[in-house]
Amino acid sequence: MPAVRIPTPLRKLTNELEVVQTAGTTIGEVIDHLDQAFPGLRERIVDDAGQVRRFVNIFVNDEDIRFLQEKATPVKETDEISIVPAIAGG
Amino acid sequence: MDKPSPYFSNLKCRECGQLYPKQAIHVCDFDFGPLEAAYNYDAIKPVLTRKAIESRPHSMWRYRELLPIDGEPTVGAKVGFTPLIKADRLAQALGIRELYVKNDTVNYPTLSFKDRVVSVALSRARELGFTTVACASTGNLANSVAANAASAGLKSYVLIPADLEQGKVLGSLVYGTNVVAIHGAYDQVNRLCSEIAGKYGWGFVNVNLRPYYAEGSKTMGYEICEQLGWRIPRHTVIPMASGSLLTKIHKAYGEFARLGLVDEAPFSVYGAQATGCAPISHAMKRGTDIVKPVPKPDTIVKSLAIGTPADGYYAIHAMKQSGGCAEDVTDDEVVEGIKLLAECEGIFSETAGGVTVASARKLIETGKIPRDEAAVLCITGHGLKTQEAIIGKCGEPRLIKPSLREFEEQIYNKDAATA
Repeated sequence: MPAVRIPTPLRKLTNELEVVQTAGTTIGEVIDHLDQAFPGLRERIVDDAGQVRRFVNIFVNDEDIRFLQEKATPVKETDEISIVPAIAGG
Repeated sequence: MDKPSPYFSNLKCRECGQLYPKQAIHVCDFDFGPLEAAYNYDAIKPVLTRKAIESRPHSMWRYRELLPIDGEPTVGAKVGFTPLIKADRLAQALGIRELYVKNDTVNYPTLSFKDRVVSVALSRARELGFTTVACASTGNLANSVAANAASAGLKSYVLIPADLEQGKVLGSLVYGTNVVAIHGAYDQVNRLCSEIAGKYGWGFVNVNLRPYYAEGSKTMGYEICEQLGWRIPRHTVIPMASGSLLTKIHKAYGEFARLGLVDEAPFSVYGAQATGCAPISHAMKRGTDIVKPVPKPDTIVKSLAIGTPADGYYAIHAMKQSGGCAEDVTDDEVVEGIKLLAECEGIFSETAGGVTVASARKLIETGKIPRDEAAVLCITGHGLKTQEAIIGKCGEPRLIKPSLREFEEQIYNKDAATA
């Protein structure tokens, strides 16, 4: 199962788990599974239109899915997925 | 604690509009959107008149109702109100009818526009009870935090990439601040700061104090309008690192129109970057608002070398909505831009100013800024800070003995022959 790294501000929803094992063959499916396991997580990551929120980045093995296939990005069992809020600054 | 300002009401998420109290916080709990200062414009309008502003001292604080602090400013009371120069010789060189230079190379006290943002951030930091302040910086911000913290008696830490120009490093060290140089690019410095901020109860001007800090940039836009005789310039060219300055000048023009301080008029904002780190310009040119990070910036323009610009999305929308666009220029063009500004107007700008001048030249040459209209160039920092960029590129002094004969033979007669 692909592992998803959860950022600190969302760990209240994952019982403080930092890494969550999940299921799915695309990022979209992974988000569905995450929301089933931890209700409320989806709306923090994607907006009402189903798009990944502007200030949330999802990385598959350090590649931003915006530059892969967004929610259709395929994931393998061994992939590491990270959810990372954008960083302010500058 | 000061009595809450009747004008500055809340922090507000730019994404979902959720309101937050005026604390040291900078992102929305729900969607991670950036928080921005929100104002009660109905209360400001009757108070902040042209007459009231003109009666006040020549500093950025003459627009204080539009700045996010509760009481009187306690840091940087003399910052801002830098000259707006009518740049006729540069206008001729660039081939445009009317051109102005907003000259923040002489901003007080550290010779860059960053004194504007730091003045607000540290005044607010004191109101919130911080005694240690800090920043992630490409140099100018570090100089300003160090100097303003020193004069305010605050302890400071400035975190910078290790490869900055010597002038910018020395320009922080001299104030007795704690300079921490990081092996890595600005974005890595910034990432570290986001982990440090909050951990030790420090006020990070561009992290947990960013909603206050960023608003200081608006004063550059207010001053431009006032100095033009209370009108919004048709075209404004602005350098972009995070993109924040551009969004705030855009906001400033809109606020002045909303308050009736200037007439509603069409205006366009243009963003300028160095090609070696141009994530916002490249996204704009591709016709998208998704900014692709630049993992390894490669340019002499270190002050703009932010590969992951926090306000890239908003900068793109400010440019699009105003009918402006973005441009980027090579390092050679930057050097030419620095020299052109110096030779035409007697203003010595740092590399970011070279970016602005060279980008303006391209925008005019390609007809994006029409030749028969008027433009303002925002020049944001002094050239003495980035000498490495032009050393060896402006010629060398001609060396002679202290003798009249040598002067005549080697200087005067030679020059007369080529004149």
